[in-house]
Amino acid sequence: MDSGFTQKPGQAVADQPIIAPGHSFKTVTEKISAIVLGKGYRPGWLFGLAISFSFLMLLNLTIGLLLTKGVGIWGINIPIGWGFAIVNFVWWIGIGHAGTLISAILLLLHQQWRTSINRFAEAMTLFAVACAGMFPLLHMGRPWLFFWLTPYPNAMWLWPQFRSPLVWDVFAVSTYATVSLLFWYVGLVPDLATLRDKAANKASKVIYGVLALGWRNSAVHWSRYETASLLLAGLATPLVVSVHTVVSFDFSVGQVAGWHTTIFPPYFVAGAIYSGFAMVLTLGIPIRKFYHLEDFITMRHLNTMAKVMLATGLIVAYGYLVEFFMAFYSGNPYDKFLVFNRLHGPYAFFYWMLLSCNIFIPQLLWIRSVRTNVAVLFVISLIVNMGMWLERFVIVVMSLHRDFLPSSWGMYYPTRWDWATYTGTIGLFLTLMFLFVRFLPVISIYEMRQLVEATSGKKQKH
Amino acid sequence: MSQIFHPATNIIAKVTIFGALIVAGLLGGVAYELEMSPYYTNVNVTHEQPVPFSHKHHAGELGLDCRYCHTTVEKSSFAGVPPTQTCMTCHSQIWTNSSMLEPVRFSYRTDKSIAWTRVNAVPQFVYFDHSIHINKGVGCTTCHGQIAQMPLTYRAQTLYMSFCLDCHRQPEKYVRPRSEVFNPNYVAPANQLELGKQLVAEYKIQDTRHLQTCSTCHR
Repeated sequence: MDSGFTQKPGQAVADQPIIAPGHSFKTVTEKISAIVLGKGYRPGWLFGLAISFSFLMLLNLTIGLLLTKGVGIWGINIPIGWGFAIVNFVWWIGIGHAGTLISAILLLLHQQWRTSINRFAEAMTLFAVACAGMFPLLHMGRPWLFFWLTPYPNAMWLWPQFRSPLVWDVFAVSTYATVSLLFWYVGLVPDLATLRDKAANKASKVIYGVLALGWRNSAVHWSRYETASLLLAGLATPLVVSVHTVVSFDFSVGQVAGWHTTIFPPYFVAGAIYSGFAMVLTLGIPIRKFYHLEDFITMRHLNTMAKVMLATGLIVAYGYLVEFFMAFYSGNPYDKFLVFNRLHGPYAFFYWMLLSCNIFIPQLLWIRSVRTNVAVLFVISLIVNMGMWLERFVIVVMSLHRDFLPSSWGMYYPTRWDWATYTGTIGLFLTLMFLFVRFLPVISIYEMRQLVEATSGKKQKH
Repeated sequence: MSQIFHPATNIIAKVTIFGALIVAGLLGGVAYELEMSPYYTNVNVTHEQPVPFSHKHHAGELGLDCRYCHTTVEKSSFAGVPPTQTCMTCHSQIWTNSSMLEPVRFSYRTDKSIAWTRVNAVPQFVYFDHSIHINKGVGCTTCHGQIAQMPLTYRAQTLYMSFCLDCHRQPEKYVRPRSEVFNPNYVAPANQLELGKQLVAEYKIQDTRHLQTCSTCHR
């Protein structure tokens, strides 16, 4: 056990306290703010940032090339017009969903264990949406005309095609980005004020002071803050379901076999939360290790998240099963062929990989010793991330490459620029994550203080 | 604990809340004005031409018919820019020594076309056909403006899609009798809408839904 505190004999992981015993207001504040306010930069952090930043530069290079040469630098062509760009878009936007679920739904359901992971999960959402949003724009061919997607009075006297799910997508994703940003920022305000008050040098005081928007910790502030948080949580709650539903409409409204199914919305939402929790674990496990936050992100957190992953993974498995069943039950020859093609076609390897990553391997999470083994959990979270990426690859590419007409069949091979864009956005994501971890409190300080009060059972001295 | 900010900064904080809205509004306004400005649309902007040809003189004062020079306007998508020979039908007899017309005579002697600077143009992805418009009662001046009063030719309309759609959505607002199509001084009658509806029916102008489909103009 490396949970940072000893487990009582015979006590189940699920019954452990959600914060290690012995913490007070002061220790919580000190421990979390020390990461931000500590002097100098750790070599490990600098190294990680440098690697991430170099991939971000690769993204810049790719985008520059894309703007000058066009989308031809990617491997897309008829019949596969939606290649990596859409695969990555859906993958990134799905990852964001765990953050919203944790911050909104679990807040409304009073799940206290969310407290120590919600801040970086929300940051993850925000950065994932930033990566996701880039892909459809770059895929448009003329990204500088992206504003044509929005309804505004224009010289063409045209509105966007409101009956197209691609337009709904614009609204869904932009709403999602806005609400996520607001939610995250509002949550940060009291902590920014704490940092302002604890900062040693003038520059930090001023920067955190400006960002804290004049927070003075007064009762009025707290009252308004609680109202705003609840309102935003209420706004964000439907987004957990709606955003990926709309993304799934991009496919299911089309008539391509493999896309045109009614299971898509729930199955996409479950997949999104599945991949999101996998990403929370992928990020949370190293953060907790390198910054010694085992007291706050305890074994119980990891265990609970593993269970959420297991549950959503089973829903995803059910989705796959229904696709098989519908191919048989509908009698539609194209659907039947799709299933055959997935299992035996030219991309069959990736389908079997997908089944292994998303369905077979995560079944290990039924075993408690797997759920409480940090290293194994980390590997499984990476596998699920990969599996969910493969799922989108299977949906996008494998459905398109065998169309209704055999004469229009084709293959899709990603080019080096496809990979550069993809790894580039991972670079962007990790760069933002590294900066976030260093310059903002990675765990909500004030919420942890509330938690200390709630779990210790006695009033703390202020 | 000492104050980090002077109390006056509160005002700045409050202003910035609305500042964002104001900046966004201003940017939108600037973008709109720029798109509608002659700088961008070329409306009312004259360009240097090899010969300062005046439609005002030829079509207005002398009363030449449009089709005397733009011969293919009734039969072709392109109205036609006249060859130098057309100019020389008159200018071999009058103004033969004018220095202003030397480029025309040079062109005639050397058989090299005069390189006019194009004034009215739609983008390449627009399929535009002059003949159908002329034959359905769309007058020259509807798009080209008061051409008979232009000493130097300039663009009279933006030729934006909104301009095209204005008529494609309500052709009765602009259609005139076929006999008036080439009249540069035509003034729409007071009962334009009534007359227009009648003409739309008479000329069998297609349903506005058809006129607005993408492939009508983007083929």
